[in-house]
Amino acid sequence: MSELTLRETSAKTSARLEWTLVGLGILALLVAPFLVYPIFLMKMLCFALFACGFNLLLGYTGLLSFGHATFFGGAAYFTAHAVKVWGWPPEAGILLGMAGAALLGLVMGFFAIRRQGIYFAMITLALSQMFFFFCVQAPFTQGEDGIQGIPRGMLLGVLDLNVSLNMYYFVLAVFLIGVFAIWRIVNSPFGMILRSIRENENRAISLGYSVANYKLGAFVMSAALAGLAGSLKAIVFQFATLTDVTWQMSGEVILMTLLGGIGTMVGPIIGASLVIGLENTLATSGFPVTIATGLIFMVCVLIFRRGIVGEFYARIFGRAGKD
Amino acid sequence: MTMIFGIPVQAFLGQLLVGLINGSFYAMLSLGLAVIFGLLRVINFAHGAQYMLGAFVGYLLLTYLGIGYWPALILAPLIVGAFGIVVERLALSRLYDLDPLYGLLFTFGLALVLEGIFRYYYGVSGNPYAVPPLLSGGTNLGFMFLPNYRGWVVVASLIVCFGTWALIEKTRLGSYLRAATENPRLVQAFGVNVPLLLTLTYGLGSALAGLAGILAAPIYQVSPLMGSDLIIVVFAVVVVGGMGSILGAIVTGYMLGLAEGLTKVFYPEASNLVVFVIMAIVLLVRPAGLFGRDA
Repeated sequence: MSELTLRETSAKTSARLEWTLVGLGILALLVAPFLVYPIFLMKMLCFALFACGFNLLLGYTGLLSFGHATFFGGAAYFTAHAVKVWGWPPEAGILLGMAGAALLGLVMGFFAIRRQGIYFAMITLALSQMFFFFCVQAPFTQGEDGIQGIPRGMLLGVLDLNVSLNMYYFVLAVFLIGVFAIWRIVNSPFGMILRSIRENENRAISLGYSVANYKLGAFVMSAALAGLAGSLKAIVFQFATLTDVTWQMSGEVILMTLLGGIGTMVGPIIGASLVIGLENTLATSGFPVTIATGLIFMVCVLIFRRGIVGEFYARIFGRAGKD
Repeated sequence: MTMIFGIPVQAFLGQLLVGLINGSFYAMLSLGLAVIFGLLRVINFAHGAQYMLGAFVGYLLLTYLGIGYWPALILAPLIVGAFGIVVERLALSRLYDLDPLYGLLFTFGLALVLEGIFRYYYGVSGNPYAVPPLLSGGTNLGFMFLPNYRGWVVVASLIVCFGTWALIEKTRLGSYLRAATENPRLVQAFGVNVPLLLTLTYGLGSALAGLAGILAAPIYQVSPLMGSDLIIVVFAVVVVGGMGSILGAIVTGYMLGLAEGLTKVFYPEASNLVVFVIMAIVLLVRPAGLFGRDA
């Protein structure tokens, strides 16, 4: 996937633009709940975090996972069970969901990194389908019904999350922390090694890096972030169902990342917002969502591979970089 | 009643037959995937959707035009194959120079669209497709009762699999195909029309999926979702077998179908999982797959 990511030459100018956008974006998100339905915004933020976590793997390590629904939906189940059945506070439930997702990521990653490219995608897909069948049969997920009526509870014992605005600002805070963590990872020495694996795996090996360990590390981090998003979604919507562990969900997060721009920081956020917005619009129109997402997939792959943000960068900086 | 491992022999053989039937479809579909991947380096995610399309073409031919099973057995693969050729010419052929993952993503989108269209018009519930009169009823083999149609599916899938194998390994066209897999530029330089070969290969792979679909129609119900669940299992089969060899894909398909049937006898809860578990074990022991060449 290396041919679509940004060249490092334009990194400085793009960083300046990114900071301006980030500032404006945070400002917009702070006032947004007074203008837009907060539940919709929270859904958008959860999926945006999911897509950003996924992009850490696809965009910065060059690994296409077709099984990220396992971490998103699995964490939602863990959190739901801990909060509802064991009576844990929300923050502990979310941490448990994240840890569970990281563990699932460790297991799936352990098997998947044994093969590369297309096989990697197929293995993650198969293992996540296995987890789906497990969720269908395991008693704690309550099968087709899912876990319903999860209490939102009091955050740290003081903040009542049943108040819509409290919930929103908590989700926003977690989202920002999550994205900041990804930004730090990507720009750390660790992140640079991940990029070198993406660009040329054999050279990274010959430079002495234990590529397998770095890949596994990136896989686990990406899984944990996807899990964080899933746990958050379970608390916001107060249910966890099989929908979140299906392969369609894995496909959706790929679409969000592809549409927004693989390997860009803000791309997955924009992609997720558009996909969620589109689904909300279509839900009332009667036009089947799968046809729309399928068409966007095909169009993106054929003529729009850089995604919205990638295309924007290429227009603005592609020429500026050459001058 | 005779028992095997504490299981009545009838039930045991019955599940084994179900496993063999499933294995026939795994073999036909993973064969098509292997043929397409071998030459195009594209993993055809739409393979499941094309299988579903084959079944639906049969169903629609019968419902609207009154065309029965036997003509449909020829027409369905032709129609699905023609559809595949159009897809390859219009879209896939533009993606060959890119990372193979784009082919996977494109065909994933295509699968979603196909599935979405049929879901929109026909709902998610299955539509029954009658077994052709010639093959209705069953035969008593003495030790078990064999429905004739199921026997036919096993025979037909064996013919299809080994026919395809012979086409690729024993004919002149097949030798062009294998040569183009190894070195497309050189084959082009020898005057073989490689782009045409790629188009025909995708058409052939799609037609195989369509043929599997029409064969499956009387056994499973004709439903928009019949392909998507199957294709993921077939991916696992392909990972186990490795896509390096046609024969490997066939053998692995039947083997895993039988393994699934056996699991259904002894531990039914795990029958959905067994293929994936075997895949995990193979990845541990032999990451390249049982018949794979590349690491």
